[in-house]
Amino acid sequence: MNMQETDTLSKTQVSARNVNVFYGEKQALHNITLDVKRNKVTSFIGPSGCGKTTFLKCINRMNDLIDICRIEGDILIDGQDIYDKNVDVVALRAHVGMVFQKPNPFPKSIFENVAYGMKIHNMTKSKSELEDRVEDSLRRAALWDEVKDRLDQPGTGLSGGQQQRLCIARTIAVQPRVILMDEPASALDPIATAKVEELIHELRENFTIIIVTHSMQQAARVSQHTAFFHLGELVEYGKTNTIFTNPIDERTQNYITGRIG
Amino acid sequence: MENTHIVGAFDKDLKKIEGLLLEMGGLVELQMADVMMALVKRDTTLGQEVRDKDHRIDALEQKINERAVRLLALRQPMADDLRMIIAIMKVSASLERIGDYAKNIAKRLSVLVQAPPIGSSEKTLKRMSDLVQLMVSDVLDSFLKRDIELADDVRHRDEEVDLMNNTLFRELLTYMMEDPRSISVCMHLLFIAKNIERAGDHTTSIAEQVHYMASGSLPTDERSKSDITSTMAVHPDMES
Repeated sequence: MNMQETDTLSKTQVSARNVNVFYGEKQALHNITLDVKRNKVTSFIGPSGCGKTTFLKCINRMNDLIDICRIEGDILIDGQDIYDKNVDVVALRAHVGMVFQKPNPFPKSIFENVAYGMKIHNMTKSKSELEDRVEDSLRRAALWDEVKDRLDQPGTGLSGGQQQRLCIARTIAVQPRVILMDEPASALDPIATAKVEELIHELRENFTIIIVTHSMQQAARVSQHTAFFHLGELVEYGKTNTIFTNPIDERTQNYITGRIG
Repeated sequence: MENTHIVGAFDKDLKKIEGLLLEMGGLVELQMADVMMALVKRDTTLGQEVRDKDHRIDALEQKINERAVRLLALRQPMADDLRMIIAIMKVSASLERIGDYAKNIAKRLSVLVQAPPIGSSEKTLKRMSDLVQLMVSDVLDSFLKRDIELADDVRHRDEEVDLMNNTLFRELLTYMMEDPRSISVCMHLLFIAKNIERAGDHTTSIAEQVHYMASGSLPTDERSKSDITSTMAVHPDMES
């Protein structure tokens, strides 16, 4: 794999070391080693089935839910091994939030969608604090002005783009350190996509964001670092600018320019 | 292009725009050759032809720009494709400018043909122009072959053009001092030299774009520049 640069460890928030993932007999990821930088947006790109989503799901142990999935190697978040047997997976998923391709609000009110996570994690002491944090989260997700007068209405009644921003508000409400986004804008129209991208840009100040995307232009627009996966391998990882103007590996070149590799 | 795009029309578009650029380059080479031939042979008809043909170069530049913009909008090229489109837009601007210099030289012919040649100045101009023409031809070749070495070589060859320009500048100053009646002709010859020298500079810019297109970065070494005419002055001791 080509590493364009090695930053100091202090800038690293998520660190993967020799990660191998198997679904039964089939190996989905081969020896992935990569450091995700704090308060940066890192995009994972690659053709379907290349392992990028599998790797994303390793970072908040979503793969634990799949019986035949086996993971080797280490994934550290702020130096802590998240696969250590003492790690509380529910708490981990509060630290590592996830936004999915299809907006998936709970069948509850807009308010409850955002408040839910804080309630189950006992994160607020009073009703007014909960209300404040719901408002704050909705504001940071750039949704407050659109929903402040109808917080008691169902989240599922919002438009697709609004639902996705609601899911982002729900994710940031529990104050994660890392936000994983799996194609967060692929089901949205261009305007809703632009809003989500703008939001990603703003959220970077407070969160480390990892985004899986099939849109090269989106990866180029929103991320500072890009990792290219191919057939379960991490082919190239480096600064987004370099990857999209002058990639080192021919496979990266062929993929991003739309050539048959 | 050793491997093709999944979208075949993209390859066709790239080939087409590259073809237009090479057509433009060929036309610019021809204009330079023709205008120098017209100068040496005092052929005002050929000079007029050069003036008339310049719009073809301008039209090609416009066509290239339109196609490049369309390609950027439709295909959103990345990596080497992106670098190629950017390079093509910049190279076509440089070629258009070189075409303008040829046209400007052609305009000066009407004055020059009315006076006898000044020393060997026209031969020197022809030699300068031959050098630049070869640079243009080689740089277009380097574009087509993505040949960084050849592009870098062209870039460095410009120094020779600068040196010839310095010599001619000095020589023409001497003629003007000796015989003030030669001033108007000498001034035109100086402008022609300047035009050729600038054409050389634009050719080095093209060479830099080829280097960028093929490697992803501009050349890092400082190009030696020898044009010192901007600081030359007439001193009494120059005549000795």
